[in-house]
Amino acid sequence: MEGSVLVFLEHTGKEMASISRELVSEGARLSSLLKVPLTGVAVGHGLEPVLAEMGWYGCDQIYYVEDERLGHFTSMPYAKAVIGIIRKYRPQIVLFGATTTGRDMAPRVASALGCGLTADCTAFRIGDHKTKEREYKNILLQIRPAFGGNIIATIVSPESVPSMATVRQGVLKLSPPDRNRQVVITREMVEFEPNDFLTEIIELIRKEKEVDLQSAHIIVSAGMGAADSHAIELVRELANMLGGAVGASRAAVDSGLLSKDHQIGQTGTTVRPNLYIACGISGQIQHRAGMSESKRIIAINTDPEAPIFQIAHYGIVGDVKEVLSRMIKAYKEKD
Amino acid sequence: MPLEIIVFIKQVPDTAHITAEAMQADGTVNRTALPTIINPSDLNALESALQLKDIHGGKITVLTMGPPSAKSALKECFYRGADEVVLISDKAFAGSDTLATSYILKTAVEKIGKYDLIVCGKQAIDGDTAQVGPQIAEKLHINQITFVAEMMEFEVGQRRLKVRRATENGFEILRSPLPMLMTVDDNANEPRPPNIKRIMAYKKAEFGEVEAQFKLWGQASLELPDERCGFSGSPTKVKKVEKVVLTAKDVKQIPNSDDGIRSLIHELCEEHIIG
Repeated sequence: MEGSVLVFLEHTGKEMASISRELVSEGARLSSLLKVPLTGVAVGHGLEPVLAEMGWYGCDQIYYVEDERLGHFTSMPYAKAVIGIIRKYRPQIVLFGATTTGRDMAPRVASALGCGLTADCTAFRIGDHKTKEREYKNILLQIRPAFGGNIIATIVSPESVPSMATVRQGVLKLSPPDRNRQVVITREMVEFEPNDFLTEIIELIRKEKEVDLQSAHIIVSAGMGAADSHAIELVRELANMLGGAVGASRAAVDSGLLSKDHQIGQTGTTVRPNLYIACGISGQIQHRAGMSESKRIIAINTDPEAPIFQIAHYGIVGDVKEVLSRMIKAYKEKD
Repeated sequence: MPLEIIVFIKQVPDTAHITAEAMQADGTVNRTALPTIINPSDLNALESALQLKDIHGGKITVLTMGPPSAKSALKECFYRGADEVVLISDKAFAGSDTLATSYILKTAVEKIGKYDLIVCGKQAIDGDTAQVGPQIAEKLHINQITFVAEMMEFEVGQRRLKVRRATENGFEILRSPLPMLMTVDDNANEPRPPNIKRIMAYKKAEFGEVEAQFKLWGQASLELPDERCGFSGSPTKVKKVEKVVLTAKDVKQIPNSDDGIRSLIHELCEEHIIG
């Protein structure tokens, strides 16, 4: 197939969103396997100055739809713009972030085009697919967890042109940026009507997250086994000492110990830090789905049968407060 | 002014609570052994509709596409205050992906005819795609607002709905005229319990095609062509499914002692995992 790999470039109004860098990095990998260009579509107002960065990560060409009414995402006009670009340039693959924007817009785009859309992918491959009737070569294999994280499914859309997918943030690897790499930006005209702009934005409330889990190299995470204020204090102390962030299981968040910003797992944030210390976390599949790719996992739990021990590199059976106090002491006394 | 509201629900296996009975010898989950529930955020969707009906009056129709067992999920919605419930069911629908499902459901909306608002849960806990709601909206060419964390105000005169939408960066306060489709998250409200009187009056009710509060529609009554339903109508195909197994790995056991933990910290420093 000849079409490009097209990536939806998400922005936050003034800057490119970090998911866009991840999508471009992965898109570049796929497009080089397929030997086709990597293109991007951006929809917004006054974005041109910040689009060049997408070239550093591997984007060859960006189709930019500019309109003063497009400064902030709303469903219908953004979907219309992306549909127009896809119809005009006929990519073979289109990738979106599985963000609230991507998950709102991509299904509308797929529906209008009658295309296959796979949600929340965690990996892609290029491969072959055989049915009774024929063999499809070099198509997109879309890998995603389903059923609450209990199965990993490989999905294909062999007859669908393009194949579309959304990808979770924090899952794809960033390429090292090449700041000399140029990208061609072309302005694209899309016909909008007043009826495309039915959603009125009354107010935008930016809420800074309490913690940036995705960029943390070390995460110390609290579960129900760390369910008291002294234990949480120790979790925070160790996280601070190691220069890491505090995470939490869903159970810990639901019980009010830590806010949802700290939640890691299927319905929280997905992380892949160098070190993940699971304190009093049992290791349900939904939690594992959010941290199993961590380079090193230390599990602390009083229950030797806890499922977390089956994915940990280091297991310590013991009381969280005791173990954390020992760790803090040992770290202070090192060298 | 009365509102015609359509609510979509899905009966799903309770994936959040894996019971011992559902665990198989090889460490994987037997889906068919899990109890079924109404998808959690769909109950919030129904509650949003009921709150609007409480204030403005109107009619709520709840629809689901599913196997015959989904009748119990629809009855649960009826007991909570839905006026009519519709089971959309046919062997021909089996294997439908989100595109085929949204086509079937939008056809059901067209059969109902009149509506002001369509409400769905934000995503189903089995498929986890969050796609069907927006795809129905696109097929009906109506506006959509997803991930609604709070329904704030319905402006009667202007027929506009004001909502608070949750995003990664915070919140958006948005407003849209009707008709529109809204997807609602599980923080949006507290779903009310079923009404005992309605349970007693209707628990023996049967589903049928004829004028009744418990409808049953299939491929024929919706006049759906074969090629838009089931596997044929689904561009996405499952190539492979691998069950996630809790495999035993070589875990390095660290003793809970000063020495044990000191050597762990030392090892992590040596390997530059910690600084």
